[in-house]
Amino acid sequence: MNIVVCVKQVPDTWAEKKLDPASQTLDRSGDNILNEMDEFAIEAALQLTEAHGGTVTVLSMGPASATDAIRKALSMGADSAVHVQDDALAGSDAPGTSLALAKAVQRIEGFDLVIAGCESSDSRTSVVPAMLAERLELPQLTFVNKIDVDGSALQVRRMTDDGYQVVAASLPAVVSVVEKMNEPRYPSFKGIMAAKKKPVDVLSVADLGLDAGSIGSAGAWTAVADAANRPPRSAGTVVEDDGNGGIALVDFLATGKFV
Amino acid sequence: MAQVLVLVEHTDGAVKKVTLELLTMAKAVGEPAAVFVGSGVDAAADKLAEYGAETIYVADAAELNDFVVAPVAEVLAKLVAEQSPAAVLVAATANGKEILGRLAIKTNSGVLTDATGLSGDGGAVVAEQSIFGGATIVHSKVTTGTPLIAVLPNATPPVAAAAAGNRVAVSVELSAAAKAAKITDRVVEEKGERPELTEAAIVVSGGRGVGSAENMGVVERLADSLGAAVGASRAVVDAGWYPHQSQVGQTGKTVSPQLYIACGISGAIQHRAGMQTSKTIVAVNKDREAPIFDLADYGVVGDLHKVLPQATEEILKRKG
Repeated sequence: MNIVVCVKQVPDTWAEKKLDPASQTLDRSGDNILNEMDEFAIEAALQLTEAHGGTVTVLSMGPASATDAIRKALSMGADSAVHVQDDALAGSDAPGTSLALAKAVQRIEGFDLVIAGCESSDSRTSVVPAMLAERLELPQLTFVNKIDVDGSALQVRRMTDDGYQVVAASLPAVVSVVEKMNEPRYPSFKGIMAAKKKPVDVLSVADLGLDAGSIGSAGAWTAVADAANRPPRSAGTVVEDDGNGGIALVDFLATGKFV
Repeated sequence: MAQVLVLVEHTDGAVKKVTLELLTMAKAVGEPAAVFVGSGVDAAADKLAEYGAETIYVADAAELNDFVVAPVAEVLAKLVAEQSPAAVLVAATANGKEILGRLAIKTNSGVLTDATGLSGDGGAVVAEQSIFGGATIVHSKVTTGTPLIAVLPNATPPVAAAAAGNRVAVSVELSAAAKAAKITDRVVEEKGERPELTEAAIVVSGGRGVGSAENMGVVERLADSLGAAVGASRAVVDAGWYPHQSQVGQTGKTVSPQLYIACGISGAIQHRAGMQTSKTIVAVNKDREAPIFDLADYGVVGDLHKVLPQATEEILKRKG
């Protein structure tokens, strides 16, 4: 089976995130990494192709620097990559992102499955996999932590707030995964060396047959009016436990009518 | 006045609190109209009317519940086409956001997620959003189509405002595409009487400082004395001390309760991203230098194994 894994480069999750004041888009000038949730998607794809044969193609939309995230995915064992890279994509919102990704997926011949992480740690909207399924007119199996494939039949375990659902569909389909899906492998030295030789197909907006007005800031369906950092919380009262710390705590809760 | 469609979150007609919050917020920008998908509307209708729903659209067909997300998006798409609402509001849960994702593509409409407030600006709906895990507040508008907005639970207290609650049946012919992912089984995991984490008004969370799976009991007992939900940091979940559905943080759930009590949690950025929009934050930690104290409205530096049981006992005593 041939699997497309959507990955995104994001600012390091351990760094404070901020908006670029000029563009009011995410400031990506700091350290960037492969979105953590996408590593679970890559691992899931590798395990499926190890069991059933086939190839794993990494698909990413992002600036030139996103090559680092793509190389990491390739060094884990993916076979090839498609990098959608174009200045016109800057400022894309979720509908624009899903449009470019859908067009890119459609160019990948004979794909059976599209797997993505269930959210990126930067925008956290969780809507792109659903939008991709809608655009590609494919079944949507999201927030899963277990995937079974038997021929063209797909069965997953979809996590919900109070437990899980078992969901069935047939290939091709769009899947998003949660952590607890698996334990992503570390790239081996051999994998890192091999990744350098793997093909990366760079596509522009024109290659995808898209008009620049339909993506990027120009094609966004939402606009930011203003943005400000949340005022730092004023430091509250901190007391040392002198043996009555629990009672002092309840006194505080009582002032807020929580008790 | 244009309608504001509010998707009702319910379990067999038991309406969740977040829906009442959304009906309350809807009034700021239009006339609230509830959209009830599934069975049990008889149990829900009075409550929806009590909190301001002038109209209740009811889509009740057994097969609506058999498939993932897409059927609800089709119901809403039909109503958007027929009613041209001022906005569509859903709870900012995984499900809610995915429904909006599909609805956005169906109706060529912009989506705003994790809204914490709504206001009207000359006919346009402005959403206050909390991004980067609550570190930045932005005001945004939808510039194309109908504003589709996912609102965080606990963003506003529900205010009763009696309305007509006229029921209108909605018939939906599901497309083949909506039936592509079929739910064949549902498993509810035992979680007892505690409220749902993302909905709870009070959350008590345990972190690495708790020390072991058994010790999560002190966190649970404090939570139960307050009627709170129990959360956990990633360290606790990774160690297998508590189920992953309880994880609060960047790779877990976002909570925004009235009160958040962090026990034995140092307060790394990844955890803060999941809880820093909480209205009141309390921390109990042995380490005075833990960054959680920078956020806390009230902090106790001490051993949580002493502080928590004492607090629990005191709360039970005061409750009589």
